[in-house]
Amino acid sequence: MSSDTTETKDIKKKRTRKPRTTKSKAKKSEEPTPAPAETTTTEISTTIPDETSVPAEPEPVPAPVEEIIPETEEKVETEDVVPQVELPKFEKSLADKVTQKFGSKAEVAYIKQDRIRINVKKEDIKDVASYIRDELNFDHAESVSGVDYPDAKKIEVVYHLGSYTDPELSKQILALATSAPREENPNPGRDSTRLPSLRDIFYSVEFHERECFEMLGVYFDDHPDNRRLLLPEDWADIPPLRKDFDIKGR
Amino acid sequence: MTAQLPPGLQLEKVDERIMTLNVGPQHPGSGHMRLIIQVDGDYIVACDPDPGYVHRGEEKMAEYRNYITNIPHLERPVIHDSCNILYPYCLAVEEILGLEVPERAKYVRVIASELNRCVYTMYWLAIYGIFLGHSTMFMWPAGDRELLIDLLEKITGARVTHAYFVPGGIRNDLPANFEDVCLRQVNYFEKRIKEYADIFYDNPILISRTENTGILSRQNAIRLGTTGSVLRASGVDFDIRKKEPYDVYENLDFQTNVLQSGDSYARSKIPWLDMLESCKIIRDALKKMPKSGGVRVKLKPNPKGGDVEVYRRVESGRGALGMHVVSKSKPEPYRVKISVGSFRNLICMPYLLRGEKLGNMPAVYWSLNYWPVEADR
Repeated sequence: MSSDTTETKDIKKKRTRKPRTTKSKAKKSEEPTPAPAETTTTEISTTIPDETSVPAEPEPVPAPVEEIIPETEEKVETEDVVPQVELPKFEKSLADKVTQKFGSKAEVAYIKQDRIRINVKKEDIKDVASYIRDELNFDHAESVSGVDYPDAKKIEVVYHLGSYTDPELSKQILALATSAPREENPNPGRDSTRLPSLRDIFYSVEFHERECFEMLGVYFDDHPDNRRLLLPEDWADIPPLRKDFDIKGR
Repeated sequence: MTAQLPPGLQLEKVDERIMTLNVGPQHPGSGHMRLIIQVDGDYIVACDPDPGYVHRGEEKMAEYRNYITNIPHLERPVIHDSCNILYPYCLAVEEILGLEVPERAKYVRVIASELNRCVYTMYWLAIYGIFLGHSTMFMWPAGDRELLIDLLEKITGARVTHAYFVPGGIRNDLPANFEDVCLRQVNYFEKRIKEYADIFYDNPILISRTENTGILSRQNAIRLGTTGSVLRASGVDFDIRKKEPYDVYENLDFQTNVLQSGDSYARSKIPWLDMLESCKIIRDALKKMPKSGGVRVKLKPNPKGGDVEVYRRVESGRGALGMHVVSKSKPEPYRVKISVGSFRNLICMPYLLRGEKLGNMPAVYWSLNYWPVEADR
């Protein structure tokens, strides 16, 4: 017992010590940490002044070929106004099409370079998905990832959609997200954690949705084949990618 | 009904005609996965792929480790293509933490990832050769692969599990005099793999076994969301190195290879053509690379990102490899979803095998460039 208490004391001491060092470091490092990056760039520029790479570095992330003209226009705007209007135009036009069609049903979560995310309710996801496929020419799903949020009592499912057929869209990934209610004691397939399946709209989603079902317990209605995929057949625990499933020893 | 049949004749029930075969999960012809195949005589009626035999829960493990300690275990799904599976992770974490990679590191990354792509493809080609009964095609790639493994060992210190890419650059700079050695080895390697055309790709036995088997049409390849060599063998010109160039790929001179026929032969040829392009990329990158400079951005001890989510993808040896990383202001990622080419190509296996002869199963299966361990994660 005595040894235990000393150990805990040690741990406490360590714990009390650690934040101090980290805080002091953090205070210092807030300014210096960008500095190494700058020094490395300056090193490059001093050693090789002729390289074309050097002038490219200070610029923000290289612009895609299709959007060179709008980006330069935007830069002029952003210099005048606050750097809030950095939204890439092409991505914004795509998102605007969805919001014009669906209004408040489709909420644009973010617009970044080559990436859009649209949040919808689960009742509307089939309509929005078929609109995205038919009108915006996104033709396949790259990944379907489920994210568990126990505090918000929901499980989010994000479909990352891409396009092979439309060369304009080849860089774009449209994330279409929806969320299912989460139950404390999951009973996969029999509880309220359900979503409509997008398998009839994006065929490529089939195995991804099966994986999502076994890993997070989201049952996809109208999916033809809601079986286990990766987990063993005799898996009897809760879905493993839920946050309340802990790895042993951690 | 049976009474009306002439004596000595029996009707066979349909259920008895069809036999179910379990190919795998320990059968060498399937890798570490199981194919549940139903055959009618010699012909495959239905196929149900059953992956998961080597599922290791990479995505769950990633939620318990910080951005740096995630590196060595995230490469485990494809150890012989480890640079390419760490690439999207590093790109995503760099976007989350707002890091700018030094120019030299970008070029070294491209060189390492192309070398790794060749190492992977040679391994796959060796297996493809031996399962078609072509044992020379097992020996040659397995031997020539050592050339590039030696190069990667010089760079990273490890033969296979490199753990070389880190968020913000690479682990260490290239060794002295690496450029010359690399150029020599890659030139010899290119000369060597060109000889594979004579013994393998122009071989009438290979052509007769793989041509017109397992045809995937262009429309179906798009509809099923296949990727990589499977997609490009079906006539869709989609290579992420060209379409969404990351790091310095837009400065480099290379082409993408597209074939139209969509059969097993085209699918087996595309990775080989890609290796020839990889040699070009490596030579070009060695030429254009800054000869000195930093290779790594200094990180804080336990870096934290904001409340953001990022999806980044690269072209791996087996097609697009995307990572969806969700950060919630903690040193550990909140969620890492790995979307791998093998898993995405798995979906077309039942369609390709239906109606094929059972003997053609290895020819079709391995032409998908499928790596079971990666699909299981």
